[in-house]
Amino acid sequence: MSGFILRRLGAALLVVWGVLSLSFIFLQMAPGDPSSMYTRPGTDQKTVEHIRQQMGLDLPVWQQYLVWSREFCTGNFGTSFMQQRPVSEIFAEAIPNTLRLTVVVFVLQLVIGILLGVLTAIKRDSSLDFILSSVLLFLYSMPGFWLGLMAIMVFSLTLGWLPSSQMQSLVIPDGTLPILWDRIRHLILPASVLAAPLAAHVARFVRASLIEVLAQNYIRTARAYGISRWKILFKYALKNALLPLTALFGVYLPFLLAGAVITEYVFAWPGFGMVTVNAIFAHDFPVILASNFVAAIAVVAGNLISDLLSRAVDPRIRLEPGS
Amino acid sequence: MPSAIYHLKLTERLWSHKALLAGICCIGVLAFATIFSNMISGYDPVAQGDLLTDRYLEPTSEHPFGTDKFGRDLLSRVLYGGRISLTIAFSVVFLTATIGLLYGTLSGYLGGLTDSVMMRFVDFLLAFPSIFIVITVVAIFEMNHWLLIPILSLTSWMETARIVRTEVLTLKERDFISAAKGLGYTPVRILFEHIIPNSMTPVIVAATLKVGEVILLESALSFLGLGVQSPTPSWGNIINDGREVLMTAWWVSTFPGLFIAMSVMSFNLIGDGLRQALSPSR
Repeated sequence: MSGFILRRLGAALLVVWGVLSLSFIFLQMAPGDPSSMYTRPGTDQKTVEHIRQQMGLDLPVWQQYLVWSREFCTGNFGTSFMQQRPVSEIFAEAIPNTLRLTVVVFVLQLVIGILLGVLTAIKRDSSLDFILSSVLLFLYSMPGFWLGLMAIMVFSLTLGWLPSSQMQSLVIPDGTLPILWDRIRHLILPASVLAAPLAAHVARFVRASLIEVLAQNYIRTARAYGISRWKILFKYALKNALLPLTALFGVYLPFLLAGAVITEYVFAWPGFGMVTVNAIFAHDFPVILASNFVAAIAVVAGNLISDLLSRAVDPRIRLEPGS
Repeated sequence: MPSAIYHLKLTERLWSHKALLAGICCIGVLAFATIFSNMISGYDPVAQGDLLTDRYLEPTSEHPFGTDKFGRDLLSRVLYGGRISLTIAFSVVFLTATIGLLYGTLSGYLGGLTDSVMMRFVDFLLAFPSIFIVITVVAIFEMNHWLLIPILSLTSWMETARIVRTEVLTLKERDFISAAKGLGYTPVRILFEHIIPNSMTPVIVAATLKVGEVILLESALSFLGLGVQSPTPSWGNIINDGREVLMTAWWVSTFPGLFIAMSVMSFNLIGDGLRQALSPSR
């Protein structure tokens, strides 16, 4: 078991290193010098040189790479060109905001997805199933950022029920409860928009999985024994139908992160995604590199967790793929 | 009981074929409309209207989808943008299917150490946060929508390769392949005449579903300003154009989004329908 974990950790580190090197290579291949974005045209050569030196851009490429690798390994992601402060500081502010959004979305996605999946599976082939499945197909197929804009248009601009951007009001209300309510109101739209396609995916998965389980012999036997419909569903069928879902947790993580990038952009949510998009617009190399790094770690960790979870809930799964 | 099971299967099959047909019809209409867009709308998608009188006109019979901030006819922009979005999606899917098919076939057919190494490489690539890499690459290089095709293809062929490899591994052991070997066919001939044609079914299903995925990805990139660049329209960048005027000109963002949803939905219907129609065991 520990050998397995070590091997998987090794593979994970390899991927993280690959991502780092790849994005470094890409950044080197990029046309244009990033220092030119922070100097006015016509600035004298000496100042430009000074700025280049300050940003570490005067070193040969391989040295830049070595310096970067060393700094990354010690958790120092460098200084943002745009904000002139440590990247780690920017991330320390942004990542909790993204976590707040994604954790809520993950819970919503599972709860709503499982509920709808079970409902459509037990009402299979009814008109309710048809309507719900069509709605799910629509949610699963539409672009999340468009749903976000439509939601802003209807619920913020037309009806005025919910705020359209930011994480809290400009004027923060007094008292703990009003602050909490203010935060929740700001969370409702982005969380629902990000959760909708993911919940639809979970629901489709659960529906297919539950239908397959319900067709199995042990369920028919349970029915023959006269065990009640609900007991069969909740005690025997659901457990086995939801098991394969754990393997998907790792798959959802990149989708959650990527979805967060665009949702945060639409709702001006000051998180990891917003930081990444702004850095890309400004060619802020240290931040872009660090974003890739954080995303890689998240994805690799997600895959690892999902492997271990699958193993924990279903001992039949062998740990060595392909052997 | 048998009749009930038979009945269930029959209705399910009919439903799957109905969904398949609905999807194919939708795509047919959409493809027709985007290909013959200039005959349908009668406006040039990039020609600016009179900036004093034609900006943000509401949908009327003259401009069924209204106009945008430069007085350009939105219907022709949406249709022309659809041509670009669909061309990108089809090209990417064609490339991923080709790369995946060749890689997977080779890996599965050669077997042994080569197969292990090739599949470890696929695992390695699959663990990459590909969406972030795509965003980074697209942001760094000069933005040009033809560049999207190779980038999106290179980051998404791995799943097809895996599917094909599994298929080839089982095919390889079948009697007709041994027969072909016994007849002295060259490996290349066996691959192209027997193995690849017989492993096409799952590739077609995966490719159909992939079209929808690529449409969504491309539209997201164009929405962020990282994909197709204005004035060339694409569904994603038209939605972005309408972002600032959601209140005063709702039509700019709404219509292209509906087109994305409709086309992705159709490809998902076709993919699911094909999967059910082509695998009688289910």
